Amino acid sequence: MIPWLSWLAAICGAAGLIGALGLAPPDYQQGEGYRIIFVHVPAAVLSTVAYAVMATAAGVGLIWRMNVAHAVAASCASIGAWFTALALVTGSLWGRPMWGTYWEWDPRLTSELVLLFLYLGYMGLRSAIDDTARADRASAVLALVGVINLPIIHYSVDWWNSLHQGHTLLKFGKASMPPSMLTPLLLMMLAFLLYFGAIVLTRARGAVLRRERQARWIGEIVGVTAP
Amino acid sequence: MNGHSPNSVSAARAGWLLIQRDLRLGMRRPGEWLQPLVFFFVVTTLFPLATDPQMSRLRDMAPGALWVAALLSSLLALEMLFREDGQDGTLEQLALSGLPLSWLLLSKSCVHWLLTGLPLVLAAPLVAMAFGAPYAAIPAILAALLLGSVALSLIGAVGAGLTLGLRRGGVLLALLVLPLAVPVLIFGAHATALAIALEPAAAPMYMLAAIVVLSATLAPLATAAAVRIGLE
Repeated sequence: MIPWLSWLAAICGAAGLIGALGLAPPDYQQGEGYRIIFVHVPAAVLSTVAYAVMATAAGVGLIWRMNVAHAVAASCASIGAWFTALALVTGSLWGRPMWGTYWEWDPRLTSELVLLFLYLGYMGLRSAIDDTARADRASAVLALVGVINLPIIHYSVDWWNSLHQGHTLLKFGKASMPPSMLTPLLLMMLAFLLYFGAIVLTRARGAVLRRERQARWIGEIVGVTAP
Repeated sequence: MNGHSPNSVSAARAGWLLIQRDLRLGMRRPGEWLQPLVFFFVVTTLFPLATDPQMSRLRDMAPGALWVAALLSSLLALEMLFREDGQDGTLEQLALSGLPLSWLLLSKSCVHWLLTGLPLVLAAPLVAMAFGAPYAAIPAILAALLLGSVALSLIGAVGAGLTLGLRRGGVLLALLVLPLAVPVLIFGAHATALAIALEPAAAPMYMLAAIVVLSATLAPLATAAAVRIGLE
């Protein structure tokens, strides 16, 4: 499964990049600078998808006590945090020439930042507990609490700024994009998604192996007999 | 007594007993719940010192200063919510009592709020006046902080449960709870800002109340789950 996902991700990514950097026309307002959205938007989408996957896996692990699900949830966290950081960094790089500032207290930016803090809290909690089983379940509770809170945070942040000041920021409309830009964007999203799947599976495999390192079946796979 | 075995204590009665016990314990150690209050005063004093003490500026800053200080001092108070009871085994007894743990922990949160949240709310008008808030704004500020501090106590209890018995609990607790407290901060500060501007602050108040209701229903369940994990 992992090679399949990685290869598909590589193909989609390559096609998306060619389309994004070579074939898509420059934007009439933003020139070439807009091309960063081909990385930015997939990263931002994946940052929330990763949280959803993490929370689902955590819930599954908590309810049915599946170690594999906990391993998947734990592997999602750091990747999700990286996607969130990537979205923030590319967003601010894009914001500098376009908005004239690296950081704007825009609702979307702010809720993305809070999402990053949630990820960091999750990882912090996990690393603070030595016992794996306990760390699994405690961080799963936190992931679920976060999932309930995320929409509230999102809407409160939206509401917070929309009442403060009217924004004159550029916004991406859904349909305001010609197919020559939309296709590479979708391809890049697919590539990011497949890449995410491949990495999560790889990391989860590593995590499962590490957890079960005392188990007999691993010794049989590796060809080492336990002493 | 009258055929009542210790097991037949009803949940409501047990919650009431727990509230009385925690209140009595808290009253015997006033230092613990006075510290967050003093911290609140100190932090709010730092704001004018760090910026400039013109009343008009301070008035603009008042909601932010009040709410950030309230948030931080409630965070400070959270550490002691389960610490003592976790160490001496009381929490284990509660978990084993056969009564709904979420209900018992809700009682504990109530006491925690009474001892640390309520003094903060009562102290807030003083600070608000020092920041140049008009008299007419005081009731709304009180109401906003009243709702907000309840929500903070409830949400914070989840974090306190999760960090139960951890060595580096303090900083981690802040990292866990602060992002979850963002909505409370936004709506609370907004209500306060509207109140100081002498405008109707009903809309953010309703949102705050909704958050209180939501956290009162869901947070005890999560806290109970977290505490059970922490006791393993």
